[in-house]
Amino acid sequence: MIKVKNISKTFDDTPVLEGISTIFDKGKTNLIIGQSGSGKTVFLKCLLGLIKTDKGHIEFENKVFDSMSAKERSILRQEIGMVFQGSALFDSMTVEQNIMFPMQMLTNSEENEVRDRANQVIKRVNLVNANEKFPDEISGGMKKRVAIARAIVMNPKYLFCDEPNSGLDPKTAILIDNLIQEITKEYDITTVINTHDMNSVMEIGEKIVFLKNGVKAWEGTKKDIFNTDNAAVSSFVYSSDLFKKVREMYLKN
Amino acid sequence: MKFLANIGKYFLMLQSVFGKFTKWKILKQLILKDIDVLIIGSLGIVSFISFFVGGVVAIQTALNLENPLLPKNLIGFATRQSVILEFAPTFISIIMAGKVGSYITSSIGTMRVTEQIDALEVMGINTFNYLIFPKIIALSLYPLVICTSMFLGIFGGYIGCVYGGFSSSGEFIEGIQMDLIPFHVTYAFIKTAFFSFILATVPSFHGYFMTGGALEVGKASTISFVWTSVVIILLNYLITQLLLT
Repeated sequence: MIKVKNISKTFDDTPVLEGISTIFDKGKTNLIIGQSGSGKTVFLKCLLGLIKTDKGHIEFENKVFDSMSAKERSILRQEIGMVFQGSALFDSMTVEQNIMFPMQMLTNSEENEVRDRANQVIKRVNLVNANEKFPDEISGGMKKRVAIARAIVMNPKYLFCDEPNSGLDPKTAILIDNLIQEITKEYDITTVINTHDMNSVMEIGEKIVFLKNGVKAWEGTKKDIFNTDNAAVSSFVYSSDLFKKVREMYLKN
Repeated sequence: MKFLANIGKYFLMLQSVFGKFTKWKILKQLILKDIDVLIIGSLGIVSFISFFVGGVVAIQTALNLENPLLPKNLIGFATRQSVILEFAPTFISIIMAGKVGSYITSSIGTMRVTEQIDALEVMGINTFNYLIFPKIIALSLYPLVICTSMFLGIFGGYIGCVYGGFSSSGEFIEGIQMDLIPFHVTYAFIKTAFFSFILATVPSFHGYFMTGGALEVGKASTISFVWTSVVIILLNYLITQLLLT
């Protein structure tokens, strides 16, 4: 579980995040949604400790991140998996090497153990015949699968995903969403996903935090979204005719 | 103010480079890869430039020795002095700032814009050590490149001079042995050691701290070349003042 308490962040006198508090539960897919420029990525980077907050704090299993010792932070880092928007695979490494990399760097496991574990997760994310390929030789969907495999190879407690289905076709996007949700349940981890894809919200949004101009404007579940009278979240989620009709049908039934 | 802040940031970066070390097994592979790219990969262009510039230096010197009273062995002497004192250590380093420096900036910069550095940081890896330390170690072999440049520069001078009919082989060889001060060679290698550190760290700084996209990677490479050259030239002046005057 991750607790966010009243965090704020300012860049060059421009507030990007203001007083955000929320809780991301274990075993759930938690979504951060909002328009481009609403502060989602900065929020995610604050959660990861890549950006230092100006005010407030973040707790991982009731331990405040800022007051952790270097050793505790190092251990925490090993418990975090991250899927970046552009996958962030290492260009000079093959798919298998990319997935083996965290274990090689952070554990003292033997080469065979590392390879076995990497092949386990490769199977788990359904990557077929890609071990020896380089990132520029595989499709966008496969890159996301490699990124997910690399993120879970260390058996993380927390999984963070920044726009995991951006640039993917709708079918592949849903497959990736479902894969993340399955992994969340299977490994019983706290997953936080940053997205503006409404399909993801409807598909896997167990908890949704809506940001507007750096402020938490709403939070709830995907069911709550149908009944909300919050104008900001309604205008964002139901900006397309399709979703407006889906909502009407849901409310009728 | 930004300039001073960047100088401070550069030294803080150096401190972090020697902070938490990457596993030796991984570091060894990175060092070998960087030796291959930065040192072995530069030998071709350095050899080519050194040979022909050495030849041109000898020919230019010969053409300027109009007084018949001046001995012909001065051509070999002047070629040796030019190549050892300035051409090989300083001007080859400027060329390397273009070749190696822009490679370092663009490779680290691309890792920055594609979030590969963020991915390393999330894993808890000291990215300064992982990315920059292997380059510093690889470039510690840079004096070998300069040694090759010195040899080929003088050899190019010999070929240009002897086969151009400006002096005999004996006269040229006598010139390159004449009044040799061994400390000049030491001075050249002291300079080279400093330049190798600059070649590894200044371009890394520009790549690591760049922001933006692909276009900015190109801009960062250009800025990196300019600043690496400026630092090399200033350091060259400073070391020469300290060691030769």
